[in-house]
Amino acid sequence: MALAINISTEHKNLTQTPLLKIWVPWTGGNLNRRRGSSVPQFCNSPTMIVMVGLPARGKTYISKKLTRYLNWIGVPTKMFNVGQYRREAVKIYKNFEFFKPDNEEAMKIRKACAAAALKDVALYFTKEQGQVAVFDATNTTRERRAIILSFAMEMGYKVFFVESICDDPEIIAENIRQVKFGSPDYADRDIDEAMEDFTQRIDCYRASYMPIDDEKDRKLSYIKIFDVGSRYLVNRVQDHIQSRIVYYLMNIHVTPRSIYLSRHGESELNLLGRIGGDTGLSPRGQKYASALATFIKGQKIIDLKVWTSHMKRTVQTAEALGVQYEQWKALNEIDAGVCEELTYEEIQENFPEEFALRDQDKYRYRYPKGESYEDLVHRLEPVIMELERQENVLVICHQAVMRCLLAYFLDKPADELPYLRCPLHTVLKLTPIAYGCKVESFFLNIEAVNTHRERPLNVNITRNPEEALQTVPDHI
Amino acid sequence: MMRGCSSRSKLSQNQDRAVCMTNCPTLIVTVGLPARGKTYISKKLTRYLNWIGVPTREFNVGQYRREFVKIYKSFEFFRPDNEEGLKIRRKCASAALNDVREYLTEDGGQVAVFDATNTTRERRETILEFAEQNGFKVFFVESVCEDPDVIQENIVQVKLGSPDYTNCNTEEAVEDFMKRIKCYENSYETLDEVLDRDLSYIKIMDVGQRYLVNRVLDHIQSRIVYYLMNIHITPRSIYLCRHGESELNVKGRIGGDSGLTIRGKEFAKKLSHFIQEQNISDLKVWTSQMKRTIQTAEALNVPYEQWKVLNEIDAGVCEELMYEEIQKNYPLEFALRDQDKYRYRYPKGESYEDLVQRLEPVIMELERQENVLVVCHQAVLRCLLAYFLDKTAEELPYLKCPLHTVLKLTPVAYGCKVESISLNVDAVNTHRERPANVNVQRTAEDALQTVPPHL
Repeated sequence: MALAINISTEHKNLTQTPLLKIWVPWTGGNLNRRRGSSVPQFCNSPTMIVMVGLPARGKTYISKKLTRYLNWIGVPTKMFNVGQYRREAVKIYKNFEFFKPDNEEAMKIRKACAAAALKDVALYFTKEQGQVAVFDATNTTRERRAIILSFAMEMGYKVFFVESICDDPEIIAENIRQVKFGSPDYADRDIDEAMEDFTQRIDCYRASYMPIDDEKDRKLSYIKIFDVGSRYLVNRVQDHIQSRIVYYLMNIHVTPRSIYLSRHGESELNLLGRIGGDTGLSPRGQKYASALATFIKGQKIIDLKVWTSHMKRTVQTAEALGVQYEQWKALNEIDAGVCEELTYEEIQENFPEEFALRDQDKYRYRYPKGESYEDLVHRLEPVIMELERQENVLVICHQAVMRCLLAYFLDKPADELPYLRCPLHTVLKLTPIAYGCKVESFFLNIEAVNTHRERPLNVNITRNPEEALQTVPDHI
Repeated sequence: MMRGCSSRSKLSQNQDRAVCMTNCPTLIVTVGLPARGKTYISKKLTRYLNWIGVPTREFNVGQYRREFVKIYKSFEFFRPDNEEGLKIRRKCASAALNDVREYLTEDGGQVAVFDATNTTRERRETILEFAEQNGFKVFFVESVCEDPDVIQENIVQVKLGSPDYTNCNTEEAVEDFMKRIKCYENSYETLDEVLDRDLSYIKIMDVGQRYLVNRVLDHIQSRIVYYLMNIHITPRSIYLCRHGESELNVKGRIGGDSGLTIRGKEFAKKLSHFIQEQNISDLKVWTSQMKRTIQTAEALNVPYEQWKVLNEIDAGVCEELMYEEIQKNYPLEFALRDQDKYRYRYPKGESYEDLVQRLEPVIMELERQENVLVVCHQAVLRCLLAYFLDKTAEELPYLKCPLHTVLKLTPVAYGCKVESISLNVDAVNTHRERPANVNVQRTAEDALQTVPPHL
């Protein structure tokens, strides 16, 4: 990375940015000129992830999941589904004949759609600061892949192929059932018709399908996924982001399961309206722990894993379940640094500017000597990775932590994340379905304080205490 | 992960462990012709797993053979028709497996790396039966390589120095070793996609250009695969150093986020000159997000990346205190720390053990990178150094990492060459040795016996 400016070797004084608490040289306020990057440099050139595979092989499932994961860890990623473009171009889908290889008119349309999608990819990278684009289409011919490769080469993008290969008829049938019947293409069809049509659609591709060739394509970077993850072939991983993508893809699975998220039972500090700390459960919190045990038993879950943080309140909650549990330090609540154990009123009194900055950008704001939500996401990444590997899990954690985990599963952006509602004494049951996640919320009928503070109207540093404390929930 | 495959959970002994890494012990079995990097991979993997807290040991069958057959004569020992040789080699493999069993069942081991050629399906069957009898999971790591340059380089780097060839000159050794490889070639049965489809394995082809991964069963196998896919053998150097001397350093205070002293700034300047003189191509520079490392990096006049996970160990309630103050206010904590400095966690702070866990992504990225300079802190540097130099948890918190000294690490053969370069700028000593008396009832004098001098 060439240095664009010459700065004298005299030591510039450092100043700490107020929101992120990052030390930067004081260059008269021009932050563009600083050398130190505080964001992990995942990739230099933009990367295109190109899906390859017959229909109903999980390409869109993988594309959406990967996009969600990359965005969550802070890599701006967008998915481009060529099928979507086709549906916009050809308003009404008649039948599989559209996909017949000898249908010249359709071929023209399909090529145009792919080209339009590629154009949008370029726009995403150049105008919207995207870093990764997931190009979701069958891309089953060498010809089509060659077009994409030369496009990428011309524009200076890296390309990483993800091919999904599967011949298990049961899996394919299940795929079709789960996602194709709900597709706009089949809105007016009954199940058998749809199944019949889709099967013929797959056949249209089969004859011209040329999988990535281990010999001819040995210079390309790719991963081949066989039989839903039973086996993988990985070729020429170029950089950090591709390595992370491979690791992620190798850890996800499609076995049905549920993830239960809950906070600890109400704690002593919760009652007092104080944040952070490491106190035990209040009497109502204890009641919740017992109710949780009853609820979990009632769910009749096979092989449930239970995870807690290292903090007393989650451990106490888990103890009531009477089962083995694992403690993760990474699940500890956000570190509020100098504000630990203070009430919002006290924070306003002692650190009014910090309090305002936090309301301005709650996701990136870092407490002095503490953490930000952004830091929290970073430290929770191994938890998410392990959640992906596991099957049935109950995670007993904390408000900010739960918001981060929930944002991952429900694909919430950074500005919504810190305001997600995660009330005490409520269990969220997440069950993967189709391309997303079903959420069921169970309030276990034990009263608790509200700990959710909405963003107040006035976030200006010059605001008065009343305005700052407008949205603070009630406490003792 | 297989569809519908749910890991049978046999509960691990330690409930407080951060993640239940393994249910039953795992046997990693290397596969490959000689000079394909099996021992290199075995040693590196063992070092990594131990560092992240998974008790691992390697069992090199060649070692057993050398103990049995005191003097190595020539490649003839390895000829497939040498009955006597075969008998001995089978015996050695058995002896090694026996030791594996003892390690995994009685000595608290969690992973054993069985390092041998294991090139025939028959030999691998034997190992699989052994593992099944004992309730061990098996994961194969096969290294396949046909590039003659790579093989030649391997032989030069590690075989010539082997005890087998101490009395040969280079040409003789290379010639003999090539013939040795030939002995295995005819009977080599590589892991087969079809025949071995039920086994768990990774096949590494051409030093990491390509990987075939089959049936990863659990967390530890997944981590092993990730690690193996990130390491490389391109020559490079890693430079580790601490920030320049800080204001709090001279006051004998721990932690905090202060700036550099004048001497610290002097070091930063000298570091810049040193780095320039080293003439390193494509150097990446990493710092923590604390003022003192950033100030140090700023003097280098090159782009650098700030990692929060490189921040110094969080001393919680003891932040910015002097050791004398810690003794005065928290004598019990102070003693507990001396009793087990690796596992001791400061109240509202961290332990070295926590630090290792948060530094794991740094190590992973260091493995991926080539030339890197890491400007960090005392405890952090100790953790990183322990990884590269294979130091135990007991030794780690007492590794000497003085201020104003650069450590240059260069991978060589199976390990790491370390050069310690002092940049000749005076600084306080911040290294506190373990005192003789670590009992909670000790006197203040006993406790403070090893505190280095400060203002």
